[in-house]
Amino acid sequence: MFIDELPPEEIHADEFTTLDALESEAIHIFREVAGEFERPVILFSGGKDSTVLLHLALKAFWPAPLPFALLHVDTGHNLPEIIQFRDEIVERHNLRLHVASVEEYLADGRLTERPDGIRNPLQTIPLLDAITENRFDAVFGGGRRDEERSRAKERIFSLRNAFGQWDPKRQRPELWNVYNGKHAPGEHVRVFPLSNWTELDIWRYIAREQVLLAPLYYAHEREVYERDGMWMTSGSWGGPREDETVEVRTVRYRTVGDGSTTGAILSDADTNEAVLDEVAASRLTERGATRGDDRVSEAAMEDRKREGYF
Amino acid sequence: MKHLPDLLRIATAGSVDDGKSTLVGRLLYDTKSVLADQIDAVVRASVDRGLDGPDLSLLVDGLRAEREQGITIDVAYRYFATPQRSFVLADTPGHVQYTRNTVSGASTAQLVILLVDARNGVVAQTRRHAAVMALLGVPQLVLAVNKIDLVNNPAEVFAQISQEFGELTRSLGWSDDQVIEIPVSALHGDNVAIKSDRTPYYDGPTLIEHLETVPNVTDRRQVGLRFPVQYVIRPRTAEYPDYRGYAGQIAAGRVSVGDEVVILPSGTRTTISQIDTADGQLATAHTGRSVTLLLADDVDASRGDVIAAVADAPEPIQQFTATVCWLAEKPLRPGARLLLKHGTRTTQAIIGGLDALFDEQNLTLIESPNTVELNQIGRITVQTAEPIVADDYQVNRENGSFLLIDPQGGNTLAAGLVGDALAPLHLQQAELV
Repeated sequence: MFIDELPPEEIHADEFTTLDALESEAIHIFREVAGEFERPVILFSGGKDSTVLLHLALKAFWPAPLPFALLHVDTGHNLPEIIQFRDEIVERHNLRLHVASVEEYLADGRLTERPDGIRNPLQTIPLLDAITENRFDAVFGGGRRDEERSRAKERIFSLRNAFGQWDPKRQRPELWNVYNGKHAPGEHVRVFPLSNWTELDIWRYIAREQVLLAPLYYAHEREVYERDGMWMTSGSWGGPREDETVEVRTVRYRTVGDGSTTGAILSDADTNEAVLDEVAASRLTERGATRGDDRVSEAAMEDRKREGYF
Repeated sequence: MKHLPDLLRIATAGSVDDGKSTLVGRLLYDTKSVLADQIDAVVRASVDRGLDGPDLSLLVDGLRAEREQGITIDVAYRYFATPQRSFVLADTPGHVQYTRNTVSGASTAQLVILLVDARNGVVAQTRRHAAVMALLGVPQLVLAVNKIDLVNNPAEVFAQISQEFGELTRSLGWSDDQVIEIPVSALHGDNVAIKSDRTPYYDGPTLIEHLETVPNVTDRRQVGLRFPVQYVIRPRTAEYPDYRGYAGQIAAGRVSVGDEVVILPSGTRTTISQIDTADGQLATAHTGRSVTLLLADDVDASRGDVIAAVADAPEPIQQFTATVCWLAEKPLRPGARLLLKHGTRTTQAIIGGLDALFDEQNLTLIESPNTVELNQIGRITVQTAEPIVADDYQVNRENGSFLLIDPQGGNTLAAGLVGDALAPLHLQQAELV
């Protein structure tokens, strides 16, 4: 039944690298979902992780067109470059795009602006409504387990109830690479093909594959003001306070999100390779460096996940 | 050619009291996989709790519920890297009631680090964990003898623990080149990344050195191609009007253009005409790679089928012996109607008899149990509605594993191993109590 005399096969490092292994794992996950679900969708924010996610999805089904649509939860607090990038990518790959607009929910009173003006926590309801209305049964996200401690226990297939909630104590065990996508009507499964990637893996992959990201990931001159050690851009969410001054700096964003809480860092890295070098040398995690809303409490992310946010 | 790091999947098992979280924290810290703001948060939290130095275990204790209880309740995944290798570490809880998590974490591991407290040596839990790792066919085992700095005669203690563990693992079917014992202090870092000058009686590698150099072996025994078809790629575009590719990840063996293959369970033979990836064609592809296979003949293959090497193709089976680790609160009873997912095929299954139960405490077999309860491991017979194209788990992990799923709630009920995975453990039979 087996060829017992042969020595065990070693994976030769130079042939099958960490990035190859991670890529093959992600492609396997995309294909499992395509094989088992009726209406999957990819959450696309325009950020680097979701751009890599889309790159992998396109590779998984090549030369066929992508069998999924994209879903963007638009906070209305996006930098204009992100929306432009999103639309370009949709057109280039001939994709279908759904937009869930926080702005619309605020306009008709289904949501109210928070006192602090931060929109990220407001994304949950438009996201869940879009999932329900479109009957999406699998929702791909770019979440990585290395991002934050409460994500370290997230599954690759993460079952959510009709309220989008994640219960860490009721998660299914995940064994080998056999994924269980069973779910009841009204439930859906969040799927994280990048679970095992680190930030450095993402940047190495971007450099290797020459993935084209939104331009604000690369160093550029921008009018910014400093707040809590981050370099902020003015926009619909507001601008500098009286004690803050606007100046032109060479900056880049490490993560994209609500413009009111996401800031840039000073950087000269203007190519994928330069960014990779910068990230490799960095001593701050990306969320800690530039995402204000995760600083609020040690358990901030865990709380948001329980509420149905990613 | 420039050396590029490969990926090794590992797991840890042991109880919180043995210092497992501290060891994992130490691995992250010493490989510089912890960034400045995470260290700052740990230092702040350690000061808040009135501790002298940073408590590295806080780096890995994530969820609020477990911080409140002071225990680790679920498998947590950690990432660290050295210039030689990247590591995905499944950090599994050690308590008896969490065997399901140990099984989950170890199911993908090529190496498992078991942890003991040098003051206690090999305890019942060590035996249990070693037996579960043997059952799961984990290729490499490390015994980290922690807190070695806290015993009076470390050389003697280490030699005695090593001998006892060696005897245990040999009796469970491991060969000596698969097992190593390393004296460490996770708290102080001895023999984790840096060779300790306090352990002159030990001349082996540090833990990190061992992780960097251990063979990255997928399976002990080599089998021919096993390629579960995940998805049929049919673009039907102007550029590719007639393209028909079978997408999947190579579960075992390798595949080359021109290879004679058989599609199972139908038994249709054909030849590989092309191996596609989005980056271009390959002449040969190895285990673990996701590819798209094109076949020379216009044959019928779909999701759930397995494309296998003609030379050693497995027989499709519908009635077989299996070993299951039961993961659900509701016990398994004979006659249960469940779903079985093997590779890319999900089919209905009926559980026949419950043959035996593995008593992890005493490493014995209990014949003909009435039920298999949560966290228990049992040998059963299974009948499936459709044939599955599986190998014995002992021959190939990837193609010998399956899930049992609750057809109502959809929950994963069991980790299944095709065949009698308990046989190589050389267990004594015990009376049913």
